[in-house]
Amino acid sequence: MSARARVRAHAYLVLVFAGGVLALFLLAPVVGLVAATSPADFWSGLHHPLVWPALRLSLLTTTVSLLVVVGLGTPLAWALARSTGRVARAVEVVVQLPAVIPPAVAGVALLLTFGRRGLFAGWLYPQGWSVTFTTAAVILAEIFVSAPYFVQAATDAFRRVDQSCVVVARTLGAFPLRVFWQIELPLAVSGLVAGAAMSWARSLGEFGATLMFAGNASGKTQTLPLAIYMAFESDLRAAQALSLVLIAVAFGVLLAARATLARGARARVAR
Amino acid sequence: MTRPMQRRAFASLVAGALGAGLALLASCQGSGSEPAPAAARETQLVVFAATSLRDAFTAMVAVFEKAHPGVRVTLNFAGTQEIRTQLEQGAVADVFASADERHMKALQDANRVEQPEIFAENEAVLVVSSERAESVRSLADLPSAARIVLGAPEVPIGRYALQILDRASAKGGADFRARVEARVVSRELNVRQVLAKVSLGEADAGIVYRSDVASAGTQYAVVTIPADVNVIARYPIAQVKAGRSPSLGREWVTLVGSEQGRAILRGCGFMAPPRAQATP
Repeated sequence: MSARARVRAHAYLVLVFAGGVLALFLLAPVVGLVAATSPADFWSGLHHPLVWPALRLSLLTTTVSLLVVVGLGTPLAWALARSTGRVARAVEVVVQLPAVIPPAVAGVALLLTFGRRGLFAGWLYPQGWSVTFTTAAVILAEIFVSAPYFVQAATDAFRRVDQSCVVVARTLGAFPLRVFWQIELPLAVSGLVAGAAMSWARSLGEFGATLMFAGNASGKTQTLPLAIYMAFESDLRAAQALSLVLIAVAFGVLLAARATLARGARARVAR
Repeated sequence: MTRPMQRRAFASLVAGALGAGLALLASCQGSGSEPAPAAARETQLVVFAATSLRDAFTAMVAVFEKAHPGVRVTLNFAGTQEIRTQLEQGAVADVFASADERHMKALQDANRVEQPEIFAENEAVLVVSSERAESVRSLADLPSAARIVLGAPEVPIGRYALQILDRASAKGGADFRARVEARVVSRELNVRQVLAKVSLGEADAGIVYRSDVASAGTQYAVVTIPADVNVIARYPIAQVKAGRSPSLGREWVTLVGSEQGRAILRGCGFMAPPRAQATP
């Protein structure tokens, strides 16, 4: 081996070691959780009375919030990627703020805005009704905390789209909407899916804002993370088992998203 | 990236992870063989306490540190269940003050704490949002509130609330608990959440501890629950066996039970028991 090759091999080892440390650190707590939970515990966790209503509610609310985030977030991200003005930059920063607000504070902020005594209470709820303590409140909390992840990833994806393709399409007479649907969206789709997966994962794990804004009522506002916290109050092993259910669901969905991405990438290469 | 290359990169990542794990393991074993330091003067006191004790214990730290120059007191507040789990998992503390006798009993049974003693009591009260203060003036009026929040049955305040409703049902209308529960919109995971919902006006009424209302603002009215149906929470305190400063820990327990400690507790809305019960 030449000296240069040896240096290169050493550099490679250092990189691998550094990456390995992080991978191990991220994996170890999951392994710890699995190791501390016997199959019998996991089985009884699956039959815990809290788990099914909570899982159903979590899947329902995260699906709806994901649809809203992608439906409204895609145009926003596109607009942010295409505009160069100062206002657009300011908006880009502002829509990232919910990601840095501690979730419990986000919940208080939602209450102070959409609650019964909130900023918009006067014209939202003339009858004294309010969205608090409803399933809709869970969805609003999830949208609030998870949208920034999608919007950022989608904005970056639209920025990476080769502008010459767009220009060519436009000179060939395609309308802007058609360019968006047939050129920009397909080229940005892998970034969009990755952002959607991140955003969905954040909604699934959402706890603090939901507890504050939507409360905790079984079947109505008690999502899986809340059920886990509640099981934790009475029985740690049940909480561990419920956590494994949550991890398994998240792992399955994220793996499926990844497989979809990979298939899409192969299809594009084949074309 | 081509497939074989991908596989190689993955394999080396796994190898890297294993290597890092081994290195970590080796370093842990290295530090374990060092000789233990000789017993020195105790300068650190670590107290784990239920969240509701925050104001009272913070005030006592000033008293304690003045009486023990050079000693630093570290307070760690969390839900009683969380602290119990931390101690079970080997967290090091000198003293544990619990808001709930069951968790203390579990730690005592696991031989992790010394004999506990009751140092404070806390009664449940009804809190009513300012909008409803006129219509809900006693526990009997509670079913007229449109939105009620209680603690979850798994947390102490939720369990006490249900006991209160049961006792009120037994005394008066048999359907009292059912009428109240029909208006319950949320079973909160801790007492602060209950209070927050009422003080922000989202809920009309809730049941919390007297000590919680003493330490918060005036966005709500406080209604005393009749003594014959009310539940009194008893707070036990005990030294933790794994503690590194046992004599400081004993002195902290003494301070909490002293006349001065009990005055601080009363100032924070607690009831101090008639006389600090001595450890048998």
